[in-house]
This record gives sequence, structure tokens and C-alpha cells, in this order.
Amino acid sequence: MSSKYDITETLDVKGASCPMPVVKTKSAIDDLAAGEVLEVLATDSGSMSDIAGWADGTAGVELLSQEEGDGVYRHYVRKAE
Amino acid sequence: MSTDTSSGSAEETPSRAELAARVDELEEQLAAVSADSDDDDGKKMSIIATKGTLDMAYPPLILASTAAAFGYEVTVFHTFWGLDILHEERSRDLQLSSVGNPNMPVPNVVGALPGMDRVTTKLMEKRIDDNETATIEELIETSLEMGVEFQACQMTIELMDYDEADFYDGVTTGVGAATAIQDMADADIQLLI
Repeated sequence: MSSKYDITETLDVKGASCPMPVVKTKSAIDDLAAGEVLEVLATDSGSMSDIAGWADGTAGVELLSQEEGDGVYRHYVRKAE
Repeated sequence: MSTDTSSGSAEETPSRAELAARVDELEEQLAAVSADSDDDDGKKMSIIATKGTLDMAYPPLILASTAAAFGYEVTVFHTFWGLDILHEERSRDLQLSSVGNPNMPVPNVVGALPGMDRVTTKLMEKRIDDNETATIEELIETSLEMGVEFQACQMTIELMDYDEADFYDGVTTGVGAATAIQDMADADIQLLI
């Protein structure tokens, strides 16, 4: 289900709660090159709103999509060109 | 150039050269103004942390690290009991009291008994652990890695008889209210917690 993007890196923050999913996503995206895609796996339901809000308010990142399934929230974030 | 008589001299119409000079001058000013606003373009947040109980240590650290993730330049000025959050030893032993907090499942008369703060603190620490909520120490380390500037109020350091070496590496000491005011004046978000 995640094969629709060419994922460069996967960040597993399952178990972690606010603010760690956002904070770790930011650190992980910093390590990527422009155009690369980060997959974030979280169990914190707040991460749906938080990562969307973070991506919206942060220059240079694009939220491709968010999915929920089997208790895991998947976020796909691309570092902008 | 001013000998040109083609237009009414009484109107003192500026010459082409004068206009060009004026345009150059304005372009220079515009460049200076945009350069200034570029400097200011970075978003800033200033937090004053005044509380040192386990529950009140979380909000400034969560907001500071999250704002840093948004690209804010963040300073947190710790004063009075807020200083304990930056104190390496004391930050690992912050307490939670049920006294004065009717939301806690312990009546005030019971909460006031000797040793009860220890009990409520242990219960809270267990919940933090069970929920995998970040510890205070983790939040401080993470915030520092993300470039948050933690400042320890010099007056309170002396008042509490702390040593500058007691604080986490990377904490700024030797700062006072004027520094905090300056940060607040420059900031887009200012919070007192």
C-alpha cells in the first residue's frame, strides 16, 4: 500500500507520543535531499493532525498523504525541490 | 541639462538624469528595506518558564521543541522554580502535588499528609512511562539538538544558591530580565508558563 511513493527513508515512531512524532519527523526530513520522500509510522492518533499542521506551517516540505490502518498512522512527506 | 528650454522652466520639471538618480536612490532604499525584512523573516518564539513541578515542566518543553520543528528560533528563559527544569539533577526528580489540584484523585486533606507528594509523583511517573511519554530529560536533550536556547536566570541561580555547572550542557547562564524582554520584543509568540 505504500509502494505508490518512492520512499527514501522510513521513520518508526510507533509508541512515541506528542511532541516526538513531529520533532523526529523534522529531524529526519532535514537529513533528506530535495525531492526525497519520508515515510513516518506512528501510533499516536494526534500525529494525523500534528504532522499535517506541521507540514502546512513549514517551508520546504510537502505532505503527500496520510493513511490509517491496523492501528498505525502512515504519513508521507516529501522534501520540496 | 538645465539649459533645456523645451518645457516650461517655471514648473521645474526634473531632467531625465535627475529622475534616473532618484530611481537609483529609491531602488537602493528598497533593497535595504527588503534586506532588513529578510533578516526578520525567521519566526521567533519566546517562552518564560516559571514553574518547576513535574506537570508544569512539560508545556514549555513540548512547545519549544515543536516550534523548533516548525523552524522557529526559540528561547526559553527559566526563572524561579522553572530553573529546576534545567538543573540536571533536580530535573530528574521534579515533584507533583495533589494539594491545591482538585483534578487529582486524592482529597486535599490526604494529599497534605507527609510523603503524599512522593506517592502522586510516582503514580504520574508510572503513567508517563506506560504511555511512552517523553521524559523531561529527553525533551531537554531533543530541544537542545534542535537549536532551542535555554536560558537560566542569573538572579535566580544566585537566589537558589545553584552552581552554573549544575545545568545541562548547552544552557545559557549569565542572563537577566533585559535579555528576556529583548527576546520577547523580537518574538512572534510570547508565552509565560
